[in-house]
Amino acid sequence: MTATRSRRPRVTPPWWFVAPAMLLFAFVVLVPSARGLYYAFTDWDGLDPEFSFVGLRNFADMLDDPNALRAVWHTILLAMAITVIQNGIGLLLALGVTTLIKTRNVLRVLLFAPAVVTPIVTAYLWRNLLGPDGAVNSLLGAVGLGSWEQDWLGNPRLALWMIVLVIVWQFAGYSMVIFLAGLQSIPREIYEAAALDGTGPFRRFWYVVRPLLAPAITINLMLSIIGGIKLFDQVYALTGGGPGHATDTISTLIYKDAFTLGEFGYSIALAVVLTVIVAIVSAGQYSVLSRNERAAS
Amino acid sequence: MTRYTRRTFLLEMAMVAVAIVFAFPVYVLVNLALRAPSDTSSPIRPTAAPTLDNFTQAWQQAGLGGALINSVVVTTVSVLIVLAVSSLAAYPLARSTAHWSRGTFLLIMLGLLLPFQLASLPLYQTIRDLGLLGSVWSLVLFYSGLQVPFTTFLYVGFLRALPRDFEDAASIDGCSPLESFRFVVFPMLKPVTVTALVLNAVGVWNDFFTPLLYLSGSDHQTMPVAIAGFVGQYVSDWNLIFAALLISVVPVLAVYLALQRSIINGFAGGLKG
Repeated sequence: MTATRSRRPRVTPPWWFVAPAMLLFAFVVLVPSARGLYYAFTDWDGLDPEFSFVGLRNFADMLDDPNALRAVWHTILLAMAITVIQNGIGLLLALGVTTLIKTRNVLRVLLFAPAVVTPIVTAYLWRNLLGPDGAVNSLLGAVGLGSWEQDWLGNPRLALWMIVLVIVWQFAGYSMVIFLAGLQSIPREIYEAAALDGTGPFRRFWYVVRPLLAPAITINLMLSIIGGIKLFDQVYALTGGGPGHATDTISTLIYKDAFTLGEFGYSIALAVVLTVIVAIVSAGQYSVLSRNERAAS
Repeated sequence: MTRYTRRTFLLEMAMVAVAIVFAFPVYVLVNLALRAPSDTSSPIRPTAAPTLDNFTQAWQQAGLGGALINSVVVTTVSVLIVLAVSSLAAYPLARSTAHWSRGTFLLIMLGLLLPFQLASLPLYQTIRDLGLLGSVWSLVLFYSGLQVPFTTFLYVGFLRALPRDFEDAASIDGCSPLESFRFVVFPMLKPVTVTALVLNAVGVWNDFFTPLLYLSGSDHQTMPVAIAGFVGQYVSDWNLIFAALLISVVPVLAVYLALQRSIINGFAGGLKG
């Protein structure tokens, strides 16, 4: 039986099955990205068919542009803060709802709900909540912390952290759901064996659960870091990059430089920097986490 | 922990408290949407005289009906196209070990890495030159290409773990490759199709940046663009804005609650992909 099967020629599906996807992908992603890479070395303004090659000038200009440097820093800071806080809370929520509590199913559905809502909508909601007359200030006043009341998004030192707060509120449930899927794939007997051995809950988590959770951790870190780096909608709706440039990220600067200043060449050079950051982070993360995963399995 | 103990009860209380904190913004959203603009009492105090006026006004002035239809059309058509072309492409990419197949797969996976900001300005120019700005079909074209790498990635991962015996049997029975894909392979891909459907639909429905570029200033808007335009127009009329936000959230949450199991599994499903 095995012998006949191995002699039978396998039918390989024809190459043209790839064609429709490849054409769409090339038209929307590949060709424009290649063109973008080229424009990054020109002074193109987006309209004029005549433009000239300027070499590395756009990138050199960036080093003299305090707004660009701050935007790069804000992008990295946002991505790191979101990754740590969102996944920390997401993990605690997941551990909380895998217990025997009676409300676990309701809580799971409720805590995940913000993740399906349009980010621009949640951002506008929070813009009001965090405003001078918003609910956050009312709540602080009601619990006797009236001295803390302020325009949360108008304070340049706090505005960036308010963006982190909004993202974490919306996507902690998403992290939770992925951790839950990871936790559910761990066989019950392993917990019970560890509990019988008399291991405390923290040691049990660190030595038993965490290694087995490695795939979920990988996915969650990937999603939140890359999502944090590319963040645009929420910043646009919450602060528009302000006050001043206190919350500008690479993405909001790309939008402003291209569509309000007409500096397409420079703006695309910023997008190239963004691409490089994403590539470095992905490569680094991939190598570190796949090593961990291999070590764990 | 196999019994409901006192500690379980304390944990339960803590978790419910956390859930209340998470739900607080939604309470304010509903509370203010039901409030007449003349009522300036604290936003956390329950509204004394609830009214539905904000909803009728927001619905009429924000053009949310048209935006809802546009969003449904764009999401449905682009997700169907993406699922069709990506699953079809994934089939030879997962099965063939030829050089062209590996090369093409790597090229498509490159798309996972490229942030769309890099392509968005040159593509904007192309869409403008083709006269497609202001048309929802420009968005269908955009998402149909943009979502190919991720969707193909999910399908290829799943297909590689799927035994080839069924399709071999189908070809012996005289099925063409397209027939064995359509009638034998594709039905077996159902779990990953559900994941891809959920993630793509939510992603396309919620996307804001590209519709903002392609549709701003036109009469054809998607939900997020219509909401942003409405907020820009009624800057401080928050009761009206909240009504519009709530209207835009209701269809999404209705679908979510109706299909919560599939949707949550869909989001978590990337884990196995």
